[in-house]
Amino acid sequence: MIASDRIFGLVVIVVALGYILSATQIQASFMADPIGAKPFPIGIGIVAALCGLVMIFRPDPEPDWPEAATLLSLGFAVAVLVGYAYALKPLGFLIPTAVAASILSYQIHPRAVTALLSGPGLSAGLFVLFRYGLGLGLVPFPKGWMG
Amino acid sequence: MEVFANLAAGFSVLTWFTLALAVIGCFLGTIIGALPGLGPSNGVAILIPVTFSMGLDATSALVLMTSVYYGAMYGGRISSILLNIPGDEPALMTTLDGYPMAKQGRAGDALVLSGVASFVGAFLATLGLMFLAPLLSRVAYSFGPSEYFALYLLAFCTLGGIASNNQAKAALASCIGLGIAMIGLDNTSGMPRLTFGHMHLMDGVDFLVAIVGLFAVAEVFFFIESHGKGSSIGVKLEKVRIPVAEIVKCRWTMLRASVIGFVAGVLPGAGASLGSFLAYTVEKNVQGEEAGFGKGASQGVAAPEAGNNAAAGGALVPMLTLGVPGSGTTAVLLALLMTLNITPGPTLFTDRPDVVWALMASLLIANFVLLAMNVPLVRIFVKVLQVPPWVLLPGVTMVSFVGIYSLSGSYFDLLLMVGFGALGFVLRKLDVPTVPIILGILLGNHMEDSLRRAMVLSDGDWTYLFSSPIAVGLWIAAIAGFIAPMYLRRLVKRPQMVTD
Repeated sequence: MIASDRIFGLVVIVVALGYILSATQIQASFMADPIGAKPFPIGIGIVAALCGLVMIFRPDPEPDWPEAATLLSLGFAVAVLVGYAYALKPLGFLIPTAVAASILSYQIHPRAVTALLSGPGLSAGLFVLFRYGLGLGLVPFPKGWMG
Repeated sequence: MEVFANLAAGFSVLTWFTLALAVIGCFLGTIIGALPGLGPSNGVAILIPVTFSMGLDATSALVLMTSVYYGAMYGGRISSILLNIPGDEPALMTTLDGYPMAKQGRAGDALVLSGVASFVGAFLATLGLMFLAPLLSRVAYSFGPSEYFALYLLAFCTLGGIASNNQAKAALASCIGLGIAMIGLDNTSGMPRLTFGHMHLMDGVDFLVAIVGLFAVAEVFFFIESHGKGSSIGVKLEKVRIPVAEIVKCRWTMLRASVIGFVAGVLPGAGASLGSFLAYTVEKNVQGEEAGFGKGASQGVAAPEAGNNAAAGGALVPMLTLGVPGSGTTAVLLALLMTLNITPGPTLFTDRPDVVWALMASLLIANFVLLAMNVPLVRIFVKVLQVPPWVLLPGVTMVSFVGIYSLSGSYFDLLLMVGFGALGFVLRKLDVPTVPIILGILLGNHMEDSLRRAMVLSDGDWTYLFSSPIAVGLWIAAIAGFIAPMYLRRLVKRPQMVTD
């Protein structure tokens, strides 16, 4: 039973139909040209849906998906990166970067010592490189700390 | 000769500062190429936002990034030879004879020979680029919207045909990219499209965000999945000397491979991987059984390296003259040009000759710098291979975040980048290529504009799209480029890597 490609094909078709539907809602403008703003996106949606159909009827062999534990840690990595994205502005560069880099490092090579060293090391090293080497205006710490 | 006068003008634009950038770019590029898991497209992608934040002018930024591009092409061979892991995809063919050669204690010879072959390939291709690009841009000058529409179609068809084993998935990837490109304000009417009422999407999706997410962030996920395995200790590099006899023996090999690689590079979508593959295969047939291909033949090291570096130069031809990239990395370079407000295409050669010819001049210089770095100084880069992935990959992620963040200053773009990273992971698992997505995001609006302008010119008559011989030729090539790989794939099986 080949499931991945079929499920993906189905997802593609649903998304493509949604895309086509929202493309039909595009408002016309007073600056009319012969075909307007709708047909090209609609055409893309149709081709994508056809590709989804091909995947359902002629699926490739199953890819080797990571096992549950690995999937979980990948999910965690995504969560860490999302958190990092939110933290960068309010908390400054150094602390979120050290934390995020440590966690990613641990996930690639599960050793606490190397992770705890490489995170802060990367954070400090990159800060020096970006701030003084490349002249980017990075904020090191949360605003309140600098007085 | 017009070319030489232009080139001289190009050299005169260069300053010591741009030359220093070229050297830095070559150095960074070779490192990026050498590190497994950080190919040229990844490397160029994460460096573009950083380059922008530095506020370089167009010429300097272009010199820096193309030096990185050429450098990465040179560097890819180092881990192929020493670790049996290609540093980037085009260097795959170099593992076939490079690693056996290294196991026989000739790692130094293999590195120097492949370095010289890379130089020959890249140098000849740069010359080819200088002569062919102006000619092609003159032809392309007569292109109207219908020809451009067909040309974009050709790029998607050939790139998709080669990028994946499944045409439906390649076509889907193009559609994903084109679909994302449609988001934002419509160029022609100024009305918002497919923004779902989201303010952040009014400007559309920044292609740099998509590129860095799909390439660099996705790569980190792959490393987490494999726990950094595959970066094993390889063969030791004993001594480095110049194997003159081997280089002389391979002179015709390098020339043949350079020509093949250049042609493969010029074809839209084909790129460096095809260049090295064809160069190796042809050379294997030319040399016959007794050359010992696959067991450490020196021609088997010279051919793919000359081929892939020549293809890297060749791939710049369609990118600069037509605005249609010939490979994944040139797609990323196209993104760079567009962000610099330089529109590649036939007009580039008349509107911005300073940029074009300074670029050519710097490519020539980069070649000599790279030859010096990759032959006498190759040991430095061998050291770089010892950077463990648990430092490298978090580092790459953080550079990606800082790059995108300093460009836009919005967490929304960062979230979008992480989203593209996750999408890139899933798509690559499913064998959906990600390069057509990038191409779609880059070219989507141009493709639609050319279609709509064609319809304006013809007053809505669709047959106008096929009204000129060039357009018809491009359509036929596009259809052939899409269908042919389905049949060729059965005939030509890609050789597997040596596994012992």
